[in-house]
Amino acid sequence: MDIQDSEIKDVVDKLSRIVEFVDQLQAVSTEGTEPMAHPLEQGQRLRIDKVTEDNQREKIQLNANETNNGMYLVPKVID
Amino acid sequence: MIIKEIQNMTLCALKQGMKDKDFTSLEITEVLLSRINGLGATLNAFITVTAEQAIKEAKDADKLIATGKDKPLLGLPIAHKDLFCTDGVLTSCASKMLHNFIPPYDASVVKNLKASGAIMLGKTNMDEFAMGSSNETSYYGPVKNPWNLDLSPGGSSGGSATAVAACLVPAATGTDTGGSIRQPAALTGITGIKPTYGRVSRFGMIAFASSLDQGGVFTRSVEDAALLLGEMAGFDENDSTSVDVPVPDYLGGINQPVKGLKIGLVRQHFDAGLDDDNAIAVKEALDVLKDQGAVIIDIDLPNIELSVPTYYVVASAECSSNLSRYDGVRFGYRAENYKDLNEFYCKTRGEGFGAEVKRRIMTGTYVLSAGYYDAYYLKAQKVRQLISQDFKKAFEKVDLIAGPTTPSPAFSLGAKMDDPIEMYLNDIYTIGANLAGLPGMSIPCGFVNGLPVGLQLVGKHFGEESLLQCGHHYQQATDWHLQIPEQFK
Repeated sequence: MDIQDSEIKDVVDKLSRIVEFVDQLQAVSTEGTEPMAHPLEQGQRLRIDKVTEDNQREKIQLNANETNNGMYLVPKVID
Repeated sequence: MIIKEIQNMTLCALKQGMKDKDFTSLEITEVLLSRINGLGATLNAFITVTAEQAIKEAKDADKLIATGKDKPLLGLPIAHKDLFCTDGVLTSCASKMLHNFIPPYDASVVKNLKASGAIMLGKTNMDEFAMGSSNETSYYGPVKNPWNLDLSPGGSSGGSATAVAACLVPAATGTDTGGSIRQPAALTGITGIKPTYGRVSRFGMIAFASSLDQGGVFTRSVEDAALLLGEMAGFDENDSTSVDVPVPDYLGGINQPVKGLKIGLVRQHFDAGLDDDNAIAVKEALDVLKDQGAVIIDIDLPNIELSVPTYYVVASAECSSNLSRYDGVRFGYRAENYKDLNEFYCKTRGEGFGAEVKRRIMTGTYVLSAGYYDAYYLKAQKVRQLISQDFKKAFEKVDLIAGPTTPSPAFSLGAKMDDPIEMYLNDIYTIGANLAGLPGMSIPCGFVNGLPVGLQLVGKHFGEESLLQCGHHYQQATDWHLQIPEQFK
């Protein structure tokens, strides 16, 4: 993700303040506390692996910048 | 029927008016579209207005009504935050990255409301990718607060809040990751509810922080919120975090008495940082509920002040992961000049994202990186647990928790843009509910210096009914929610 030279000073300044701000968590005692990844403490719901939707390639690729024969085009990767 | 009455009417009143043949859905739609394009244009509340589609849908609704058909929201106009995917209609998330994105499907919320007969008038402005508390990070420019055009309406769902407060639409959808429905609702003087995590499907809601994001609504009465929430909520197979719990009849149960309801008042919320007059407005609101038979009990949430730093670790981490999908390959913005694939990615992301979004991606990447993961991300998840446990303990003593929604009324556009921490602290009272996955609602409870402020009610998991009942009783005894900004009357 590019950051312009002109933006760097502002980015450094604000990111430093954010890191300093979240650093206050270090002082909290969390010994024996389980980390919480899900607000309802629920596990992942699974489903049978079966096809539920038809292919909509053409409709989906209307959003693409560049396609060829149903494939997305990107700049050349290998010389 | 005069135009003035239509624009000020709630969903429930409009529904009755159509039933009584006082006006048609087409008439309502035309009145509101003309307000959106006329008076409303100065507010910058909309990114897209779907006038043609709305008029067609209104005509269809009128035909159905004429044949005696009924649906809960038939012919009622609403707006959607530009974060909900809408089939064939630009969904930008207020980002340059998605300035050209036309979703091939409807979000489940959009689909549910459409199936209930609602008509979409357009897509509302917001902070870019819902990251902001003032609506100033939008690629399309800031939204203005209808109570004073120099002020922010709050964020991130500022366009939806402003559109409802200025009577451009009777209701709009929003999303709330750290307060993005409740804070703008408070700052614009309307009702806003964020339900329990998992209550409303996130399918087709563009993700910011997946363990915190939840869709909800803005309305001008609690009664309308009950109607709309009942139609959009429910289990959805397409969202793996959707919870299969039946949706109660929110509207039908809204008159349940509040007598004996135990409401907790958080001591920590009245520490330094809260505007004195704002505190008075909240305490007076609780006196009203006390008069109605509620019992007010002081409670403690000892770790609540840690909610903001915890949130900025967890939300940024999830954001950095969610936003890695924007690379310019399959959809969205693509940079023009590049030498190779690496430069293609870097330029696309560098040019496509705004400053606040980039800051959060970088913060998130940092807290998830090897060597810092335990110190920041894991630590924050543990503190999140402590905050959640505090709520659990509090709910052993009380049915609802009440307090201010924001520390102060609306602030000036530009006032907090240079200080991210000051901006983040605006959400100090709202973030806790997101971390714990609890439902929260803000309702107007008074004015400070001529600006509206909100009372926040937080309920138990899936306790939306209590919030709505309590809020409805409060609105039966007060008229704060009926106030409309002078310029938009």
